[in-house]
This record gives sequence, structure tokens and C-alpha cells, in this order.
Amino acid sequence: MKIEILGTGCAKCKTLYENTKKALEASGKSAEVVKVEDIPSIMKYGVMSTPALVIDGQVKFSGKVASVAEISAML
Amino acid sequence: MLKSFADYIVFNLIGLIPGSRLGEALNFFIYDTVKIFLLLSTIIFVVAVIRSSFPPEKTKRILSHKREYIGNVLAALLGIVTPFCSCSAVPLFIGFVESGVPLGVTFSFLISSPMVNEVALIMLWGLFGWKIALIYIGSGLLVAIVAGIVIGKLKMERYVQDYVWEMQVGNGEITVMNFRQKLDYAREYTFDLLKKIWPYVVIGVGLGAFIHGYVPQDFLVRWAGRDNPFAVPVAVALGVPLYSNAAGVIPIVQALMEKGMAIGTVLAFMMAVTALSLPEAVILKNVLKNRLLCVFFGIVAVAIICVGYLFNAIL
Repeated sequence: MKIEILGTGCAKCKTLYENTKKALEASGKSAEVVKVEDIPSIMKYGVMSTPALVIDGQVKFSGKVASVAEISAML
Repeated sequence: MLKSFADYIVFNLIGLIPGSRLGEALNFFIYDTVKIFLLLSTIIFVVAVIRSSFPPEKTKRILSHKREYIGNVLAALLGIVTPFCSCSAVPLFIGFVESGVPLGVTFSFLISSPMVNEVALIMLWGLFGWKIALIYIGSGLLVAIVAGIVIGKLKMERYVQDYVWEMQVGNGEITVMNFRQKLDYAREYTFDLLKKIWPYVVIGVGLGAFIHGYVPQDFLVRWAGRDNPFAVPVAVALGVPLYSNAAGVIPIVQALMEKGMAIGTVLAFMMAVTALSLPEAVILKNVLKNRLLCVFFGIVAVAIICVGYLFNAIL
């Protein structure tokens, strides 16, 4: 599984990154988590509000910081 | 009810004398903070529920290939309900322009969205009354529409950074939330926002209370009154570095108005605080060449100054 956190490096993006890590740890699943910060890659997903979470190439949500519980439900 | 609550605490519990400077300032502080936080938490929540129905992807679809004028009006109106944070200004700008939203229409959105925001409106409504809040919405929309039309007429597409036009933009899906999710989203949004702005509100109301109790009446009439033609441009210039602290700035401004600052000057100052910000300029520099960035700031500043003079003259 590949998880991407889209965002240009604002505080919210960092929080989402941390929450995703925590959700992964709690679930015991293994996945590669990467931060995507360059604009062209973000735009490729058609995301217009950051941060956004992408799992295996599919945008799960954009424009909010999801809680650990919410992310766990998506893994 | 809030008034008697503040009176009770200050004059009965603490035992200050009504009419004393400290008593009046503290009374003002407690009354205003409680009122503002009540207003903020309820209204931000309601606004967030409404906003969850207008993701930027949907707004983009509505605005794409719209003609000027009607497009500018729609963009300014949608700017009120579409959630916007200056940290997403770049993807938003590219998404709009790429999907065929005309440049001028995009600017109407970019101007109205931060300027006509719920925090500024709540603070204005709570401290100045609904009439001033409505005037602020009306003139904010007007500034956004007119500035967007002018930028559109100037045909400045070539001053958008070149890479923007070559960008490959994916088709963003619209995430549809059910009602339960909307409420969750709104709750989180409200908490986040309150957590971010509460210190500014407390400091702003505190300073406002100090001015209210200690600065002599009519102190500002000479400098910021309606007869000083320089008051409006100076207020706009002062507003630029105060970005995003609308919550803290409005209580101070209210106290200044009591001491003689004219209403048009107050409105112009508020608009400059919310609409013209240096951090946003730095972010937009990623997608705009210097010339367009300067034109954008210049036109918005001029429009805001006009609004200031207008309301100083008629109110």
C-alpha cells in the first residue's frame, strides 16, 4: 500500500502526516507514507485544497485534517 | 443578560465601583469576550455546515467558461461559501485557470473569499451591529467584482507564470459528505478556528477595553475623523501587515471608532486587513509574475480606498 500526503508544507499538512503515521501504527499494517509537496504532482490528482490524502493513487479526501480514527477506517 | 452577567462579576464579585475607569474597562472586556465567543462558536459552526456543501471542485465547475460580469458576480458570491485558506491558494488558482475559469473571474473569487469571511462578519456584527456587517458584505462583494472585471479587461493572461498553462490537472472527484459527516467536519472546523484565533480575540478585546476606559473621548477625531483626507489611505496601508488577525483587530477598531475614527475609514481598514496580505502575496508569487501581482494589489487597494471615501461621505 502506498499513502501520499499532498500539501505545500503548511502546519495542517504536518498534522495530517502525523495522524496517518499513528493510524498505520495502530492498525499494524505496513505502508509507504510519502509527503508530496511539489505543485505539479499535487495538481495531477486534481486536488484544489490541501492537505489531501491519497491511498494507492486514489484521493480519499482533500481540504481537511482527518483524525486518526477516520484514517484508520480508510486503511 | 450578558450585560448583567458582566455587571455582576465586576461590580458585585470583584467589588469595583461602577463608573470607575478600571471597573468600566473590565466590564467592557468581560461583556465583549463572552459575547464574541458565543457568536463565534455558533456562527462558525453553521457556516462550516454550509461550506461543507461547497467544495472548491464544485465551485470550479460552476465558474468554468462563465462569461465576465455574470462570472465575476457568481465568483464573488461563491467566495463567501467556499472554504478557502491562503495555504491552498496555489492549487486553487491553477485548478480554476486550467479548467477554463477566466482570469478576471478567478480574481473576483480570490479577493472575495478571504475578505468576506465569517470571522470578520461575526466580529463586525457583534461589535458594530448588523447594518455595518451588511455594508461590509455589500462593499466587499463590490470590490471583488469590480477589481476582477478590471483585471479581466486588462488581458493579463501572459503575466501568469508560464508553467501554469502547461500543467496537467487531474479530474478531482467531489467528495460528497452525508449529514453526519458534515456535522463532524463543522465541529472540527469550529474547534480548529477557535483554537487559532482565541488569543487574538482576547488581546484585541483587552486593548479595546483599555482604549474604551482610558483614552479620552474624541481623541482621534483630528487624525482619523472624516475631515482628514489622508486617513483612508493610511488606514489601508496599516491594514496590510495585520493579515489574518481580523478577530483581534476589530475590537481595537471599534474602540477607535468610539474615539472619533470615521466609519468609512474603519471599513477600509478592515478590508485591507483581510484582503491584502503579504503572506498571500508571497504565495501567489508562485503563479503570478510581478506585474500581475502588483496590478492585483494596486487595483484592490484603490477599490478599498474608494469604498472608504464613499462611506465617509455618505454616512
